[in-house]
Formats: sequence, C-alpha cells, structure tokens
Amino acid sequence: MKVEQISVFLENKAGRLAEVAKILGDNGVNIGALSLADTTDFGILRLIVNDRQKAKQVLKDAGFTVGITEVIAVEVDDTPGGLARILTPLAENGINVEYMYAFVEKSSNKAVLIFKFENLEKAIEVLKANNITILPGEKVYNL
Amino acid sequence: MIFEPEYECMPRDELKILQFYRLKRQLRRVYERVPAYRKKMEEAGIKPEDIRSLEDIRYLPFTTKDDFRENYPYGLFAVDMEEIVRVHSSSGTTGKPTVVGYTKRDLETWSNLTARVLAAGGVRKNDVVQIAFGYGLFTGGFGLHYGAEKLGATVIPVSSGQTKRQIMIMKDYGTTALVCTPSYALHIAEVMEEMGVSPEELKLKVGLFGAEPWTENMRQEIEKRLGIDATDNYGLSEVMGPGVSGECIEAKSGLHVFEDHFYVEVINPETEEPLPEGEWGELVITTLTKEGLPLIRYRTRDITRLYYEECPCGRTLIKMSKPSGRTDDMLIIRGVNIFPSQVEEALLEIEGVSPHFQIIVDRKGYLDEMEVWVEASENIFFDSMKKQKELLDRITEHLQQALGVKVKVKLVEPKTIERTAGKAKRVIDRRELPSHGRKD
Repeated sequence: MKVEQISVFLENKAGRLAEVAKILGDNGVNIGALSLADTTDFGILRLIVNDRQKAKQVLKDAGFTVGITEVIAVEVDDTPGGLARILTPLAENGINVEYMYAFVEKSSNKAVLIFKFENLEKAIEVLKANNITILPGEKVYNL
Repeated sequence: MIFEPEYECMPRDELKILQFYRLKRQLRRVYERVPAYRKKMEEAGIKPEDIRSLEDIRYLPFTTKDDFRENYPYGLFAVDMEEIVRVHSSSGTTGKPTVVGYTKRDLETWSNLTARVLAAGGVRKNDVVQIAFGYGLFTGGFGLHYGAEKLGATVIPVSSGQTKRQIMIMKDYGTTALVCTPSYALHIAEVMEEMGVSPEELKLKVGLFGAEPWTENMRQEIEKRLGIDATDNYGLSEVMGPGVSGECIEAKSGLHVFEDHFYVEVINPETEEPLPEGEWGELVITTLTKEGLPLIRYRTRDITRLYYEECPCGRTLIKMSKPSGRTDDMLIIRGVNIFPSQVEEALLEIEGVSPHFQIIVDRKGYLDEMEVWVEASENIFFDSMKKQKELLDRITEHLQQALGVKVKVKLVEPKTIERTAGKAKRVIDRRELPSHGRKD
C-alpha cells in the first residue's frame, strides 16, 4: 500500500538540483516523479525513483543528506473533478495533507497523486472505503 | 584526605590576612628586583606602599604574555640565575616560548601544591600513580610527579604516548591512579576496548585530568568507560604549572583555588574591571609566594567564574568553575560576549543535532549579525517542510535563549563547513574592524 519516497536536503544555490539529477542519471537511476519545496535558504527535494536503495546510496556517497519516507500513491482519472473526488472524503474525515504532487501515467492516461499524510493508516482506510485505487509500491517505482 | 589542612581549611578571615601579608612582600620584591615591573608600576603611578588592602590590587597594572616576550628569556625573573634550579617553557608554537624559572623553595611549594591536588582527587600513600603527561619542558609531567612522591605514593613516570604500553603497564603494574589530559583518558578507553581489556581487569580507581578544558559530559563518559572517579585540576606554566587549583573527589564540582599561594580575580576582558563573585570572565592570577618568577595580575585568558560555597570536603578555599574556554575565542556580538563553546553546548542539547557547526559574523550597517550554520544530518532532516521549519525554529529559539542575542540559524549541506586538519573551523568573522582580540 505504501510507497517509499527519497527526500534530499538541498541548499538553495545554483547547480544543486542539477548535481542530484546528474548523479542519478550517471548511475542509471530513473526519476519517475519529483517535487521541490523551498525556502530562501534551503529546499527539500522529493523523488520517486525506480531504484531507491541505489539512489540513496549514490547520493549519500556524494555527500547529500538523504531520507526515505513512506507516502501513498493514488490513481485517478485524468478528468475534471478527479482530484476533488479524492480530497473531499479525506477532508470530511479530518485528515490533513502534509504535501502532495502529481504526475500523469504514460500508458493509461491516468493521473497518479503522491500524498503524505500525518496519519497514513487512517488515510488508507478512508481511501479504501471510498473505492479509490491505491497503487502498490512496485507499480509506482516502474511507472 | 587534605594534604595541608592548616592552609586548605584556614578560616577565611585569617586567609585574607595571610594573603595580604604575602602580597605586600611580593610587591616589594618585584618592585626592587624586576625592572620591567618597576617600570610598569611607575608608569601607572603606583608604589607597593599604595596598596593598603587586598582590594587595592585592582589598581596594579596587568601582566600578559607580551611581557614574557618582551623580557625573553629571563627578564622577569626576580632572583639571580644561581638561585634558579629548574627551567620550564611553553612550546612556543605561536611565537617565542615563555620561559619560567623555579628556585629550590619554588619547587618545594610546587610539590606541596600538586600533592594537595592529588590528595583532593582521592590519591593516597598506598596508590600507584601512572603519570601519562609529557615529561620535559612541559610542566605537567614533572609537576605532578613530585607531588605524588611528596604524598608518598608510588610513581610510574611513563610520560605520554604509546597507548598500548600504557594499558599493559596499568594492567601489570597495578596502577590505581591515572594522571593525564581528559582527551587522552578517553583515547586510552577506546584503545582498551579495541584490545579487549575491560576496566574490571584493572585496579584503576581515580583519574586526575587537566591541561585542557573539558565538559561535564566528558567526565561522565570517562568515569563510565574506565570505571573511575575523575576530577579536574588546573594550572598554567607561566604561573606554576599544575597545582593552582583542583577538584575534590567529595564534591566533584568546582576547583578549589590554593589561595594561600595565588590571589585570584575574574575580570571583564574588555573593560578590564574586576567582576563580582559568581560572574564569568577572565581569570587573573597574582602569585603570592613564588620567588623565581613572581607574577602580578597575570591575565590567563581562561574563562571561568569564582564562587564560595561550603564544601563537603571541608576546604574553605574559593572555587573556580571548570574553565569554559579562552578569551582568544571570544566573540562580541552587539556587546554580548559569546564563546563558540556555548554555541556547541546549546546545539548538543537538541536531540539529533550534530556538533558540526560554524559561526558566521558579519556587520550590516552598524549592526553585528550572527549566523550559525548547522549541517543538516539525517537525524535532523525531514521530508516535510513544516517539520523542518519547526526544528529550525526550535534550534533558533534555544540558541537565542542560551546566548542572549539574536541568531539566524541556517541549515547547510553536510561537509559545507570548512574543516582544517580534521577539525572544524568554528568562527568566520567577516566584520572589517575586529572590535577585540589580542594577537599572539
């Protein structure tokens, strides 16, 4: 049910993001999705990759601070109202979204939403009860 | 055990009288015999007879390391060279070494004082004392060596280094007391673990550590890993060497200053004014009995505080806190004195924060700005911006509380902080006009 996401601490200065992309590329790690949260001083880069152990290792070796976090991937039709159908039941159950980002699946034309909740277990329950498709990790890593 | 209870437990009013008598005698001697002192006192317009109470000492000029340089090598000695029986000196890594000379009686005094330190730290006649301080021009080895002999203990003058051999000797010769620097004690503990020697295989009981500042945490770690009681002792070669002050094993808090031989003050290093009891500042020492090299108001550059409290050991001497750093390291931010060690301590109080940090000081307009850069190690890195910011705010708040100035905390990537020879460079001061600092 849960998906492991890589997070990387980045100082807000030129070339850091490029450095991460290059290291991953040089080591044959493919980035499926990413989001960047930033302040004036630093940023938190979040990545879904095809090989997270390798990604973590090569980035750590290059001196980056790397974390692995559990998130949830949800599949939704890429049509108007798709996101609202997911967020409404969560809001009704008082579940707070810490952050989210989205990408479109190439083959099926569906959107994949990556969510981080404070209470993952409860979120999973609510999503299931509302017949929302939660993607297993193995599927997400290789999208 | 108290080695010289007649002095160490003297009623304080009697002690003050003794100090004043000895101070006057010392002043007359340096005025007559040391031209450099006479010149300084003349320039300050003061004569020994102008000093009418202990408190009047504040009118006397200070002595600094520069005086040693200007009078290198023997210019500050107050006796003829034929009276000098021993010379020690500093390593001189930051300029000309400071040279100190001892008369026969000075050596006698020194032995008594280090015997006091050892007795206070729990060493007895039947102990086997391993001295792992360097012997030679450095005062540590010889200083405690003669004290331990004076006490009647068995001395193993092994000197520093060769850690495996130290451990073999501890084990085979039945060492009960270890004398060295606190960092070397920890190193010994590490090597013991590597060698598979457990503290239970040793007879070690107590450790007396000095010659560098160390923290309460270090004490607990040493005590735990070596299975001993650890005490701190303090001294500096210019003044005497070890034997200026020492902790008692009963309280293990604060170092008793041997005031019958040293008059101590704490001053504000900027204004040079004496500070009231209990306040932190620079320790200033006047030797009351030294013959070879008397010092008047010597600025030690060590930061401590002096306080009096009734001690379970029975000594009536004033206490000094474990020195927290050197004035050389001190920063003044918007008029507030800040030591890198304070920043380190405050950071370590926050769970997960690594000790790698750097202080960047800059001046925007007329205002000093202080940034503390902390490496974002895995322990303090979150995928959630909210949690990351909460932690950053918590560190900032905690530092501001501890330091009393506004601080900006910046998280930086690991290894951003410059390291010179394995050690992190703690302070980068970008202000154009350094507002303080005496250069070596």
